[in-house]
Amino acid sequence: MTSAVSFINVSRHYGEIRAVDGLDLEIREGEFFALLGPSGSGKTTSLRLIAGFERPTTGHIEIFGERAEGIPPYRRNVNTVFQDYALFPHLSVIDNVAYGLKMKGVSKNERRATAEEMLELVKLPGYGDRSPAKLSGGQRQRVALARALVNKPKVLLLDEPLGALDLKLREQMQEELKDLQKRLGITFVFVTHDQGEALSMADRIAVFDSGRIRQVGTPEDIYRKPRSRFVADFVGSSNVLPPEFTERVAGERCWSSLRPEAVRLVKSGGHEATLVSSSYLGSQYRCVFDVGGREINALIPAGAKLPAEGDEVRISWNKSDLHLMEDEA
Amino acid sequence: MRSDPNTRSPLTLKIAAAAGLLFMHLPILLIFVYAFTTEEKSYQWPPPGFTLRWLEVTWNRADVWQALWLSVRVAAVSTAGALVLGTLCAAAVSRSKFFGRESISLLVILPIALPGIITGIALRSAFNLADIPFSFWTIVLGHATFCIVVVYNNAVARFRRTSGNLIEASMDLGANGFQTLRYVLMPNIATALLAGGMLAFALSFDEVIVTTFTAGQQATLPIWMLEELVRPRQRPVTNVVAMVVVLVTFLPILAAYYLTKGGDNLAAREK
Repeated sequence: MTSAVSFINVSRHYGEIRAVDGLDLEIREGEFFALLGPSGSGKTTSLRLIAGFERPTTGHIEIFGERAEGIPPYRRNVNTVFQDYALFPHLSVIDNVAYGLKMKGVSKNERRATAEEMLELVKLPGYGDRSPAKLSGGQRQRVALARALVNKPKVLLLDEPLGALDLKLREQMQEELKDLQKRLGITFVFVTHDQGEALSMADRIAVFDSGRIRQVGTPEDIYRKPRSRFVADFVGSSNVLPPEFTERVAGERCWSSLRPEAVRLVKSGGHEATLVSSSYLGSQYRCVFDVGGREINALIPAGAKLPAEGDEVRISWNKSDLHLMEDEA
Repeated sequence: MRSDPNTRSPLTLKIAAAAGLLFMHLPILLIFVYAFTTEEKSYQWPPPGFTLRWLEVTWNRADVWQALWLSVRVAAVSTAGALVLGTLCAAAVSRSKFFGRESISLLVILPIALPGIITGIALRSAFNLADIPFSFWTIVLGHATFCIVVVYNNAVARFRRTSGNLIEASMDLGANGFQTLRYVLMPNIATALLAGGMLAFALSFDEVIVTTFTAGQQATLPIWMLEELVRPRQRPVTNVVAMVVVLVTFLPILAAYYLTKGGDNLAAREK
């Protein structure tokens, strides 16, 4: 498989601040790739480095095997969907979408036809003559998408594409983006701080922290086998357990993580615990157990009768569910 | 704070508002009336008679045309210069971060807050010190000090309102710097520049104080009017000129108002 975008030891420093610090990353062609991390972790800077809005302080970026240094944004075969959409307020929807074609010198009739096709692709047919100001957030998002796709980029960059939408719309757009990516076969690189979004949409995820990548892997890898405490903490609501505890329950002295849904109530065996608190979530109970002075979060399927708060119970999990982590941090 | 727009205002408030508006605009009408009076030495009320003679007299006075032409040229050149410099400065201040940005922003606006007489004296001494003879260009320089502010204020407000991402979006979609300027930047700031330019032109056109200090023997239109008022000869000529100026400047101001309506208008802060 060819690589669409490669970071080769890339750093981007602003004075003392290391926004991106020694990044090595390979994004494959046709991949739906997520850059996940808290704000200020360097994920947006990385995206801007691909687009060409930022230059690496050191290192190189290659786009389809070609060194990107010195190539301005307008000559890269890469397009961006901006976080605030950045639609041109003085142009109608169709002119916004056709902008990229106009810059290329495509004739008026042809670019109108192509732009119409794009609007159809994002399910906004017939919206061409409206002004962007008259559209809803979700519609603007679609126009921004159509505008970015009109030049048939090899890589589409999306900066927190769903950040401004409400929950229901967000879930719907997740589906549509995924679907669109499959149909077009373009490499999508998207930035998000929402781990749920990254897990459900991406083929692979890079988890960012303080300008560095902590882990790259499939959503399952990242979720089940976090390599470090940071990843375990950030992706989902894992129990992160210190070496002393791990030694007691698994016999090995290292940090470990345990998914709340892996914990179950048992009659015998397992570990002694006290139910500290519980709340009803519909299909599950969210419970907090105290195991020898250590709090463990658990999701217990609703249906079974739950012990009362303060009761002595026994809890257990499969040995394979307790994930031992390689990295300290 | 805003009161309910549907409540009716009391009658006394309406009368007060009407009186205020009348007070501002009636005197202007008075100027129009005196343009047609038959009495030429003093402003006598009511006018003893009406005549159209002064229109013809004014038309044939070479000094009127000279002053008018000088004022138009000064206003045009200082506005043009202010448009370029004010826009560039606004772009720099609102688009990038650099050391001393806030101070520059303040220093640019300061000349309009300074009394004109101080600007005038300062410029005059500076020109004298540098041995620059007073000319058309010294007047232009003096006017540019406040014209730039007006353009800058309008442009900076618009720049702040336009998302910085627009430029990046344009570049991202394949537009080079020039195309971005032409297709994205200009359409977004054009009305602000037009309004700023018109206000700058109007300010320059009626400027007296700074001009008295920076002009040599030449008289711009307002200076010419001032001199005419002291002289008790063909007084209504001044009124005719004033009337024409009011009518001619009213149109662009009206246009500027409609163009920037709905947009933010930091307008000219009157000196």
